[in-house]
Amino acid sequence: MQDHVDRALESDAPLTTAVHQRDVAHEAAEARGWDEAAVSGRTVTINRPREELYAFWRDFRNLPRFMENIEAVTVSDDRRSHWVVKAPGGATVEWDAIITQDEPGRLLAWESDENADIKNSGLIEFRDAPPGRGSEVSATLVYDPPGGDIGKLIAKLFQREPKVQSRHDLRRFKQLMETGEISTSEAPDAAPRA
Amino acid sequence: MRALTWHGKHDVRMDTVPDPKIVNPRDAIIRITSTAICGSDLHLYDSYIPTMHKGDILGHEFMGEVVETGPGSTLRKGQRVVVPFVIACGQCFHCGKQQFSACDNSNPAEKADMSEIAYGYSASGLFGYSHMTGGYAGGQAEYVRVPYSDVGPIVIPDGLEDDKVLFLSDILPTGWMAAENCDIEPGDTVAVWGCGPVGLFAIQSALLMGAHRVIAIDHYPRRLELAKSMGAEIINYHDVKVREALMEMTGGIGPDACIDAVGMESHGFSVDNVIDAVKATTKLGTDRPHVLREVLLACRKGGRVSIPGVYGGVGDKIPIGALMQKGLQVKTGQTHVQKYLRPLLDMIAEDEIDTTFLISHRLPLEQAPEGYKMFKEEQNEVTKVVLKPDWSPGAASN
Repeated sequence: MQDHVDRALESDAPLTTAVHQRDVAHEAAEARGWDEAAVSGRTVTINRPREELYAFWRDFRNLPRFMENIEAVTVSDDRRSHWVVKAPGGATVEWDAIITQDEPGRLLAWESDENADIKNSGLIEFRDAPPGRGSEVSATLVYDPPGGDIGKLIAKLFQREPKVQSRHDLRRFKQLMETGEISTSEAPDAAPRA
Repeated sequence: MRALTWHGKHDVRMDTVPDPKIVNPRDAIIRITSTAICGSDLHLYDSYIPTMHKGDILGHEFMGEVVETGPGSTLRKGQRVVVPFVIACGQCFHCGKQQFSACDNSNPAEKADMSEIAYGYSASGLFGYSHMTGGYAGGQAEYVRVPYSDVGPIVIPDGLEDDKVLFLSDILPTGWMAAENCDIEPGDTVAVWGCGPVGLFAIQSALLMGAHRVIAIDHYPRRLELAKSMGAEIINYHDVKVREALMEMTGGIGPDACIDAVGMESHGFSVDNVIDAVKATTKLGTDRPHVLREVLLACRKGGRVSIPGVYGGVGDKIPIGALMQKGLQVKTGQTHVQKYLRPLLDMIAEDEIDTTFLISHRLPLEQAPEGYKMFKEEQNEVTKVVLKPDWSPGAASN
């Protein structure tokens, strides 16, 4: 297993694109002392300077504006925030997140504290894109999947599987940063349609 | 409000639906004064496009009067505007390069997954053209919500009536870009497959861009007649073998540039086309690229291929060897409408381009379902149907 991960690291590509994702997840779990972990990552290019993108993200109260499943984030102090997140079946899960790394304009990492309903950690990196193209933003999420595979399956049925969710969230982040609004074809009070 | 809605194969209906509202700051609401049925609407009518939902409002060629604006819109109430069928944010990398139909942002986040799987990346949102392209309500209705209204719509001076400018929304720029994609040089012969609205406008555009000759290919006599009246030579593929004819008519060289203005639902009874049709109707799933195959074989060595015709899936038996061995260049894509609006509007205003010849039928919006049926079943006579929401039922003219 170690072998698969080491070999993937020889390519100049992030581990989230490795063929053997189970091994990547296993290593991520081991590094955190968890039983299990799920890893998802995604990069998007945003036509804005990275300092501006970092600043928007650094204020966690902004996250519910583009993260669909986050109900609210309250900031307790410079490092600690409280997250309330929608879960399948109308439930919510909550945790306190603590910033573990903070390099302005470059990178931000956080981790849930020990009382979290779902243990999770996030890393967001901001790099310059090629000249004139803004910034590349990479988000990596590692979480302890609720109820193992079955929990993940249920979550997927509800479209809240973190990989799908973070893909949508990053698209919305890009829309908000580039255009000032989030594209939608739904009327605000429209009844959901099949 | 009243709107034309999709309910399934060959089933479109006039329904009463909620009026659209301003949702985002840059939105505007337009009261539709004219809207047309597009050839590509027939792909929806024939159920070739996935991710349609019952009740979806169709229509992507429309114009009207601004009746409401969000705080970020640059439009003013009362202005007459033509709205591009391509929705574009104006601020992403692609919009910056005037590749408006590749806009990164206008397709909503939750709608973009399917095109990302099918095409590798989602293209822009479009009006009234399935949920894969955004699920935006279309303009075959009394009102429509126009997102990013500071980027797309072009204001029309009062002197120019609707019928002269309506086709700026799609088919005129689409025909123009199809010809532009041919990189026409003096002496060029351009062959155009399909004399529907886009094909006819591509013929007109190619001649304006200095093509020496244009050869038009179709089987509907009325459409070939229109092509001829615009200055094209014609081939009726029911009577003449297209590739042999093109070779003979070009001194054994082949056309310098070829335009596939047909796309995924080509007619004809060649073997490949019948097999493709069977696969498509049994959902074994491929487009019917008969025309594209013929184009690649007919085009001269080092020639240019332009594909405005709509394809949506994967194609079988594409003569990839002809493409490579002859060194053909291919340009295609949904039209970057916003890029062409101003110059084409100026040419219309100066009578250098006329688009009204195309309109064969004008109907009240209430008769839109009949319009679809006519356009589908009588393609010889029905070249373009324009719908007028203001007209009362029975007020049709042609």
